[in-house]
Amino acid sequence: MSKTNMTRRGVLKTGAVAGAGVALPTIFTASSAAAYMNEPTGGSVTLGFNVPQTGPYADEGADELRAYELAVEHLNGGGDGGMMNTFSSKALKGNGILGKKVEYVSGDTQTKSDAARASAKSMIEKDGAIMITGGSSSGVAIAVQGLCQEAGVIFMAGLTHSNDTTGKDKKANGFRHFFNAYMSGAALAPVLAARYGKDRKAYHLTADYTWGWTQEESIKAATEALGWTTVNTVKTPLSQTDFSSYITPVLQTDADVLILNHYGGNMVNSLTNAVQFGLREKQVNGKNFEIVVPLFSRLMARGAGENIKGILGSTNWHWSLQDEGSKAFVKSFGTKYGFPPSQAAHTVYCQTLLYADAAERAGTFNPCGIGEALEGFEFDGLGNGKTLYRADDHQCFKDVLVVKGKENPTSEFDILEVVEVTPVEQVTYAPDHPMFAGGNLGTCNPG
Amino acid sequence: MDAIFLQILNGLDKGSAYALIALGLTLIFGTLGVVNFAHGALFMLGSFCAVTLNKILNLSVETIDPTKTDFLGNPLKVKTPYVQAWFGDDFGAAIIDWGVPLAILFTIPVMIGIGFIMERGLIKHFYKRPHADQILVTFGLAIVLQELIKYFFGANPIPTPAPDAFKGSFDFGAMLGMDPNVIIYPYWRLIYFGFAAVIIGAVFAFLQFTTFGMVVRAGMADRETVGLLGINIDKRFTIMFGIAAAVAGLAGVMYGPINSPNYHMGMDFLVLSFVVVVVGGMGSLPGAVLAGFLLGILESFASMTQVIDLIPGINQIIIYVVAIIILLTRPRGLMGRKGVMED
Repeated sequence: MSKTNMTRRGVLKTGAVAGAGVALPTIFTASSAAAYMNEPTGGSVTLGFNVPQTGPYADEGADELRAYELAVEHLNGGGDGGMMNTFSSKALKGNGILGKKVEYVSGDTQTKSDAARASAKSMIEKDGAIMITGGSSSGVAIAVQGLCQEAGVIFMAGLTHSNDTTGKDKKANGFRHFFNAYMSGAALAPVLAARYGKDRKAYHLTADYTWGWTQEESIKAATEALGWTTVNTVKTPLSQTDFSSYITPVLQTDADVLILNHYGGNMVNSLTNAVQFGLREKQVNGKNFEIVVPLFSRLMARGAGENIKGILGSTNWHWSLQDEGSKAFVKSFGTKYGFPPSQAAHTVYCQTLLYADAAERAGTFNPCGIGEALEGFEFDGLGNGKTLYRADDHQCFKDVLVVKGKENPTSEFDILEVVEVTPVEQVTYAPDHPMFAGGNLGTCNPG
Repeated sequence: MDAIFLQILNGLDKGSAYALIALGLTLIFGTLGVVNFAHGALFMLGSFCAVTLNKILNLSVETIDPTKTDFLGNPLKVKTPYVQAWFGDDFGAAIIDWGVPLAILFTIPVMIGIGFIMERGLIKHFYKRPHADQILVTFGLAIVLQELIKYFFGANPIPTPAPDAFKGSFDFGAMLGMDPNVIIYPYWRLIYFGFAAVIIGAVFAFLQFTTFGMVVRAGMADRETVGLLGINIDKRFTIMFGIAAAVAGLAGVMYGPINSPNYHMGMDFLVLSFVVVVVGGMGSLPGAVLAGFLLGILESFASMTQVIDLIPGINQIIIYVVAIIILLTRPRGLMGRKGVMED
């Protein structure tokens, strides 16, 4: 007669282990049934839009979401088709992606890395999102990109400008259409030298986080290469609201240019404070004192009111561009929502179309197939001229706009004017450039 | 020397906002015994009173200009504010230009009303509850208020400029016969400091020299005895809550031209203001004012390049370091009553 060694305690232990195994999220475990993470099986495919819906960048997030909804409408054959009509690739037919209707879920990043990762994880795990896209901060983009790499889905970055996103923190599953801090520096510096001269002394105020550091490094290197000297670089806390105690020391130096490596609310406040302290009326070294904002956001710049007038900066795209792609997008977006789109809206719309197009060309939703289709992909008609998605780092290379705060705006949207379209050759750098060193794409992860 | 002078001015300017908010906080704590975490939101609401008035003054009649087009190529809609249509271009433009000072008149009754509703509608139910409950409910209220503002006004900062007459800077250097454009300070920030001094002076005078103020001070010292004398101290304390809300609101409305208002600005000031109250001494009005200016000046000096070079990161922690030192060595704060927070 056989005797079993089953005890009450043993049953409980076994049950607990089995229960934990069943309850284990499938996000980090490849499914044996599916060829890749969240392979669509029905008649639809789900995209995950992860944007700031609360917090300081909620307005940018709302504009991103509008653009995503427009892109989904166009992909499914609705509306006027927008930039699908001007896109050089003709793989998209307006019947969804690979014949599957495009659906979407949205999450709130709150512009916090942990919240953004949690919402991305939920969209992948619970909603079956096959791709995650969005965001309005480099810290968030880098965090979510890392998560998508681990989970085995593609990440199409939204508004992220730090060199690190496609530099030391680049990932095989991550792709960035937006430009970066190096490109801003490379585009701006020659314009600054031409307008303000090569004998200038710059004082930097820099937001103390990843984007600020790379922005300062980039614009400093670019201006110094043209003959400028750097008087001082001062890091300011991200939570700073009143910059008076950082502006007044500028008055005590012989600096004749103030470079504000600030974005969003920081930029609005530091620029407003700098103008209040009369820096724009100041004469130093026999020259007019100048202020430069390397990265402009039209949505945020509105908060600085008249202080923005005449200030030079750079931007990824502007609604006033007259190429066919930009005109089609502005018409489509403006007709639907009643106002022109922001650069954040433009970049996420492009990212959605680029993802869908890559899936069509690859004939699969497998992240590795889509990655291959995007790597080295050259395209046109999406508002930035000829563009390359470089294989080495998954960064888009395209023309960069140097803009200036408009002196006589005709409407609340008419804040910036394009001063120069810097050709892509001028902002291209080697994949092993020191500012982007230290990272490794690794291999694509299909989940 | 120039740098030190400028940082003192910066400190006084920052201190003005801290002192005004902390003054209101202390008034509420001293009278009602409530730790009001929604006080920063009242500062923010004051700022948005200016934004609201600005929007009202800019309500416009739309006409079509067929000679121009908008971004979609349609005929351009030209907006002319009603005040300009009614009062003429110049006078109408002047009214809009003076929107922030005019907002002071608008803010006082609005904020007293908000304070009254807050106190009667919510906070009075928490008088006898533990401080932790009060903090939770007022913090929740602050979040509700800021989300409401974000819903109606958006998340981005909204410019509320000072009148043209107060743009630019005062040149202290030129006045003292030194190089021009070295020791300069913006007119509006100087006005803010002066305004704060007047408001603080008015609150102290009101408490010190009026019968109402005397009763309130008596109530702050011994609420029970004042009640036994047949005085309705609760009613007076409710009025004081309204006054505290108005002080925070006025601090906010005048702050608009310094930094464009946004829904989160109250939270930015809230923690600092609590530190100011604790350093000054819980319940001490002069302590709140003194600590406000003191911490403002310390924060400004800690932001100087030479200081940061010496002690990296000091600019981010100086206020909290001071708070820790004060709490360790003198728990009742600089001017707090003996026994308060010392048990």
